[in-house]
Amino acid sequence: MRSMIHFAAAALAVLALLSVLPAVADDAVDPVADASAFQSYFTRKFPHVKLEDFVNGPYSMNEDMRRQWQEIEQFPPYEFALEAGKEMFAKPFRNGKTYADCFPNQGIGIRQNYPIFDEKQGKVVTLELALNQCRLANGEAPLSYVKDEMAALTAYMAYTSRGKPFDIKIPGDPRALAAYQDGKRYFYTRRGQLNFSCASCHVQTAGERIRAEVLAPALGILNAMPIYRSEWSGMGTISRRFITCNSQTRGVPLDAQDDEYRDLEYYLSYLGNGLPISGPGARP
Amino acid sequence: MRTMPLSDGRLSAQSKPERGARKTMRILALALASLLLIAGGAALAAGSEAGFRAAYAAAEAANQEAGRLRDQWTTTVTALAEARKSADSGDFDHATALAKQAEALAKASIFQAESEKEAWKNSEIH
Amino acid sequence: MASTIRVRAASSGETTEVQALIQHPMDSGYVKDAQGAIIPPHFIQQLTFEHDDKTVFVANWGPAVAKDPYVKFSFKGGKKGDDLKISWVDNKGDTDTTTAKIQ
Repeated sequence: MRSMIHFAAAALAVLALLSVLPAVADDAVDPVADASAFQSYFTRKFPHVKLEDFVNGPYSMNEDMRRQWQEIEQFPPYEFALEAGKEMFAKPFRNGKTYADCFPNQGIGIRQNYPIFDEKQGKVVTLELALNQCRLANGEAPLSYVKDEMAALTAYMAYTSRGKPFDIKIPGDPRALAAYQDGKRYFYTRRGQLNFSCASCHVQTAGERIRAEVLAPALGILNAMPIYRSEWSGMGTISRRFITCNSQTRGVPLDAQDDEYRDLEYYLSYLGNGLPISGPGARP
Repeated sequence: MRTMPLSDGRLSAQSKPERGARKTMRILALALASLLLIAGGAALAAGSEAGFRAAYAAAEAANQEAGRLRDQWTTTVTALAEARKSADSGDFDHATALAKQAEALAKASIFQAESEKEAWKNSEIH
Repeated sequence: MASTIRVRAASSGETTEVQALIQHPMDSGYVKDAQGAIIPPHFIQQLTFEHDDKTVFVANWGPAVAKDPYVKFSFKGGKKGDDLKISWVDNKGDTDTTTAKIQ
């Protein structure tokens, strides 16, 4: 009898224990936990870097580069694109409408909300995509995603949001969570003959050198976009950077604004939540 | 057998009709040999072009599969282009070698894409 | 059309520090376009800064200077409110000039 009671007590204890264990599914996605872990990884790896300084990429990693950058910022190379972008943004389409009609708050001070998960379209909409969708809706031809006008427009919109923290939302829609997870998968997946993932450079080797460049940390890496890159002698958008990163690992790039790229931007931007928009930026 | 003096002083031990027959034989033999060589050469060339076509098709198919997996390599594309260029200039042996290299690269990219389907999780920050 | 020259000049004590950013393609003549044709050379050959009718800085440039060049230098003299005249001429004979006030 006593052994039976012991047995029952043991069984009950096991059952009780099982019920308090969190029901962890193998594929449970927790962006909040991800963002927290991501931030901790970098703040622990670089304890002397202030959280908001991560958005300055290589300049937060290297003092000499920072000094050169601060000098450059007195007369920033993106100034011409910024002025051009402001003019372009104000210029009406042939039908009389403007970009302001396509965006909340006339398109001013809203960059930090992009990308958004558009539940009607069922996909991630980046700022670049939104701009071209605006053009198409108003009878204008779409712009190239990688530079020139698209860079100038996004430079201006970023500038109106300077200082505002990234505020990316993941709505309860399971497709939004799936897009976020797809972006995460892309970020960590090795590709190209050189077998690098985004993480290979921007997580594992952040702050160290690749040839003559200092690698930017992935935390806040999109906050400064679009950028004037000395290497390009000109402006480039997020699309341009994703494409060139792919070819640099000897992987054939996808098309600008393909699903994976938009999802990647969604994921990285979300992880930058709370960090200030610093765009447009200047990089080596 | 009648002997006949030749212009250089030697004595031919062959009769005229026999010499003629041997000459014809020689010509026939030469003709046959060259015919065989040409035919053989053509067969070889045709074989190597067919070989190239097969190798290139295999490489292209593998690269397309890599494309479906969203992981084509730039070096695969280059190798395919160089194979095509080599074939166009008639050097099928070299073209076949390049096509085989392209196939190897494409297969490696497929292997990478397949294994990364799970392997990426090992790098994730938790 | 807007000026191609952005300039900032600040005087402190006996020296004036000048920074200028000039919008110019600065094509060296060695670069090919996507079709393989050489992009013809188009670069600033001379950049001049004048204060008080005197040339305080002159740059003789060639194809080695990159697009949208930036220049920074200091000169003795100059005070707040003075005019600083900047002008450039390129290999095609195009020019631009602007006058800025020293701060």
